[in-house]
This record gives sequence, C-alpha cells and structure tokens, in this order.
Amino acid sequence: MQNMEFGLTMTVLGMGGTLFILFLLGLVVDGLNKILLRGEKKEEGRG
Amino acid sequence: MIIEGLSSLLIGFSNFQWSHGVMIVVGCALLYLGIKKDMEPLLLVPIGFGAILVNIPMSGLMDEGGLLRHFYEAGVLTEIFPCLIFIGIGAMTDFGPLLENPRILLLGGAGQFGIFLTLLLALALGFTQMEAVAIGIIGACDGPTSIYVTSKYAPHMLGAVSVAAYCYMSLVPIIQPPIMRALTSEEERKIVMKYEKKTVSPTLKVLFPIVVTLVTCLIAPMGTPLMGTLMLGNLLKESGVTDRLVKASQNEIANIVTLLLGISIGATMSGPAFLKAQTLIILGLGLVAISLDTAMGIFLAKIMKVLSGGKVNPLIGAAGISAFPMSARVVQMVGQKANKRSYLLMHAMGANTGGQIGSVLAAAVMLSLLKGMGIV
Repeated sequence: MQNMEFGLTMTVLGMGGTLFILFLLGLVVDGLNKILLRGEKKEEGRG
Repeated sequence: MIIEGLSSLLIGFSNFQWSHGVMIVVGCALLYLGIKKDMEPLLLVPIGFGAILVNIPMSGLMDEGGLLRHFYEAGVLTEIFPCLIFIGIGAMTDFGPLLENPRILLLGGAGQFGIFLTLLLALALGFTQMEAVAIGIIGACDGPTSIYVTSKYAPHMLGAVSVAAYCYMSLVPIIQPPIMRALTSEEERKIVMKYEKKTVSPTLKVLFPIVVTLVTCLIAPMGTPLMGTLMLGNLLKESGVTDRLVKASQNEIANIVTLLLGISIGATMSGPAFLKAQTLIILGLGLVAISLDTAMGIFLAKIMKVLSGGKVNPLIGAAGISAFPMSARVVQMVGQKANKRSYLLMHAMGANTGGQIGSVLAAAVMLSLLKGMGIV
C-alpha cells in the first residue's frame, strides 16, 4: 500500500471511526441514564 | 599491574563521546524542568535521571542483562507498564461531568484530529508507515497510549516520542492559550455557559466502564488492553466495594510503575541513538499534533455553538484532549480572563474526560485498522 493511500485511509476511517464510536457511546449512555432514572423514580414512588 | 588498574578507573572517560555529554545535558534539562518548573515532575525526574545514567559509558545498564534493560524489556516492550498506569488513571478519574452531558464526548473525538493529520504529515516527510503512526499518536496527548503504540510498532523511536508526549502535555498551559485566542473572537470567549447539575443515576456510574469497554472494544478490539485497563480502574473506583484495590491503584501501583516507566524511557535516550535530525523532526511534529488537536476541538465546539443557538462557548473544545485536568483548567483561565462571570470548568472537565476516552479510542481504532489492513 502506498504511503499516501495508507495515510488517507487511516485519516478517514480512523477519525470517522473514532467520532462514530464516541457518538454511539454518547447515545447509549444518555439512553441508559434515562431508563435507569425512570426505574429509580418508580422504586422511590413505591417506597 | 598498577597502571592497568589505574587505566581501568579511567575507562568511563576514555569511552566518553560528545553525544553522551549532550544527552547528559538534556537529562539535566529534564530534571530542571521537573524540579524547578514543576512540569510533570513524577515523570520528567526519572526520565531525566535515566537519560543521565544510560549515557555513562561502560555502565552496561542497557546491555544484555543490564538493570535498566530488564525494566525496559519486562515492562515497556511487554506493554505492561502503560496498561498498569491506565488502571491508576481510571481509578483517579471521575467521569461524572461527562455522564451529565454525554454529547460532549464528541469534543473528545475532535481533539484527536491532530493524530491523523500529523500521521499524514510524517508520511509526507518520508517516515515509514509504522513510524508515522507512532509520531501521530503524540497528538493523543496521552503518555501511556503513546508508549504503548510506539513500543509495539516503532520501538527505536520510543525515547523521542515519549519525551515529546510528556513534555508537551506539561506545556499545555503555554501551547493552548495563544491558539485559543487566535481561533475565537472576544465575543465567543465571553459566552457564559450555564451549569445546572443534572441527575446521573448512581447505577450508571458503575455501568459506564462496562458499557464503554463493550462498545469500544467490540468495534476496535486491538485497543482492549488500553481501554480495558482504564475502565477496570474506573470500575474499581465506582463500584464502591474495592477500597483497598482503588487505593493501591491510585498510589502504590501508579507510583511504582511511573518510576520504573520513567527510568526505562530515559534509558532509551543514549546519545548515539537519540541525537539525530529525526528526533528534532519528531519533537516538531508532536507540537504540530497537539496544536491541531486544540484547533480542531475549537472548530467542533464552534459548530456546537451554532447548533445550540449560541449557548456553547467554543473555548471548551480545546479541552477535548487527554491532558487531564490541565487542559480544563486552561479553558477556565482563558474564559475567565475574557469574562469574569464565566465559569467553564465543569463543562471543560466533561470535554477533558471525553478526551481521555477519545485518545485511547483513537489509538484503538488505529491499531484495529492496521490489523484489518494486514499491515501488522
């Protein structure tokens, strides 16, 4: 693989991959927080 | 007999080369920065002293069977030291501000642009593909990650890359402010970001390290040793049931490994191997990498500012690097200089912890791409 082809592949997929995984992680964490908080409020209500 | 005995006492002097002298001066300069200027002293002091020790001719410290060679082979080449350090970092990090606003994780990604742009630059300057990867990783602004990647793929550059990574990390308060001021207007710097403490489920704090490990390592498995140990440390802390392990990770383990890692890195700085034009280019490229990280973080924060209707202060983008918590403090300082009522610290802390995850993740993605492309 030529150097520039290698560099561009790493840059596009590397940066794109990093941002995509972080975006995905943000969504999962946000979603989890909402679900967990709802569950905890319900339990408090019962208590 | 007496003359032979006397000449053996002068063996160090008779084998002394000018490059050893220069590197002893460099070692003393690192000691000065660590001791007098308080710049990353925990690392620069052992690195500086290691550099002095290894440049004493005939000391045999890095020869086969030498003391520092044992440390280097057992801890650095096997990647054990950087991973153990990550357990300590994980045990010391509070991801709370990040969990309050998970979208800020993206700033931790933008802060890694410098890695890839510097990789391109290094390739253009004639470095091999693996050397370019190791140079680019200085932009992670993350010592253990830089050491892990470099020791794996370009061990001959370990001294230069790790010195660059740690020196620039400690120079963040000097490197970042001029870039931040150049890329933002006075009006932007004055933006006040309201901070309302959002509720975070206590269960989420425990689940976070497990979720991060699963999501990131399943997509980029080559980074599992780094991300796994970072998150293990954080799980120990957040689980609340492993106090002894948390204390050991934060203190004994982190301290012992930092000492051995520092002295092992210093031991790679022997004059004949270190004093090359290539080393200066690596140091220069490292500076470019960290500057680009800062610039790209600010650009993404500017986009967030537009999307949020002007509620985001672009300065917080500069904290999307791994230099924790220095970078967040720099953002707070520059923000408060522009507007005394501005308090950006908690937002910047969120971006900064995002930068810690982002830097490890960028390295993990890079390593997985190398594996996927069949290069390693």
